[in-house]
Amino acid sequence: MSTPDLKHFRELLQSRTGIVLDASKGYLINTRLASVAGTSGYETVDALLADIRRAPVERIVEAAIDAMTTNETLFFRDQKPFDLLRRTFVDLGRNRRGPIRLWSAACSTGQEPYSIAMLWQEVAHLLPGVSLEIMATDLSRECLAKAQAGIYSGFEVQRGLPVQKLMKHFERVGESWQIKSDLRSAVTWRRFNLLESPGHLGRFDIVFCRNVLIYFDTSTRKAILERIAGQVVDDGYLVLGASETVMGVTNAFQAGADAGLYVKAGNPRPASRQTA
Amino acid sequence: MTRFLVVDDSAVIRKVARRMLEALGYAVDEAVDGEDALQACLSNMPDAVLLDWNMPNMDGLTFLGALRASPDGTRPKVLFCTTESDFDHIAAAMEKGADEYLFKPFDQSTLESKLSMTGIVP
Repeated sequence: MSTPDLKHFRELLQSRTGIVLDASKGYLINTRLASVAGTSGYETVDALLADIRRAPVERIVEAAIDAMTTNETLFFRDQKPFDLLRRTFVDLGRNRRGPIRLWSAACSTGQEPYSIAMLWQEVAHLLPGVSLEIMATDLSRECLAKAQAGIYSGFEVQRGLPVQKLMKHFERVGESWQIKSDLRSAVTWRRFNLLESPGHLGRFDIVFCRNVLIYFDTSTRKAILERIAGQVVDDGYLVLGASETVMGVTNAFQAGADAGLYVKAGNPRPASRQTA
Repeated sequence: MTRFLVVDDSAVIRKVARRMLEALGYAVDEAVDGEDALQACLSNMPDAVLLDWNMPNMDGLTFLGALRASPDGTRPKVLFCTTESDFDHIAAAMEKGADEYLFKPFDQSTLESKLSMTGIVP
């Protein structure tokens, strides 16, 4: 790999994202950029990097940067939790007056709360008089700023998102895509550290806390889950990531009828409607 | 085995798309433009098509119209796969009978998620 082109790309990556890749990480660049190079028509990653330095096309530069930074933030990630949520909204909303409150507890760059807001728009007509309040929190100010702006590259915006939803919920802004204002205003954003007390955030019917507990040890996971339980109403739900569980960590939540959906312990309601 | 037809005038993109699709368990044929693709479809209809927009002889949109009007031509799932990413192009493609729309460049996980949305399985 030619050094000046690689050096230029590393500097570009750092200036745009703050991510520092030292010179020994050439293999990582090669691995991550292979498909961006190929689907842009370049024979090799070298040829892609050469053009990013000498004749950059913004769409391709953005895709290359995104490929280096992507941390599995996609719309409707894993799909199944969103299928469960659709059912849970209907179950909760049937006998509800006033809002359903949902907390997206590690919202990263916003794909999760926006997916939830899109889903709500699809079921809201079934639940007249019921509204949804979405509180989205993350530790990272940068992630929150991006989430709140709702601006995504062409590369990011198609990760997990069917084209019909793209056309319905986004506007074109230059080379990027921005979530329409109705969805942006459906979410309240707060900076929040999961290691602190969430008391000031209020009480919630549903908490999404996905793919973040994996970064903590068991005792910290227990403390986080128990603080979350303190903010969940008696018939409330917790949704974890596909590889996460409360089992062996805390008794504050118990497994519901569906994998990945947990119910606050002591709750007499079933986790969700049983299907025949 | 689900058979894909990859239609693109770039040999590099055909090669990369073939590699990604074969890794996911699909059988792959190639066509170099819309005309070539239409011939291929009329002689042996594929299960799914990955379709570029701008190509010599016959572009992707014209091909899609001809495909959908041909016998058994409504059966293949069609994923447009192009650098054209404005609303007018997307709307025209969907109206003509595309099932999904993918912007270049893309990566394997994006391709996989679009295939799953469209119900295309190996």
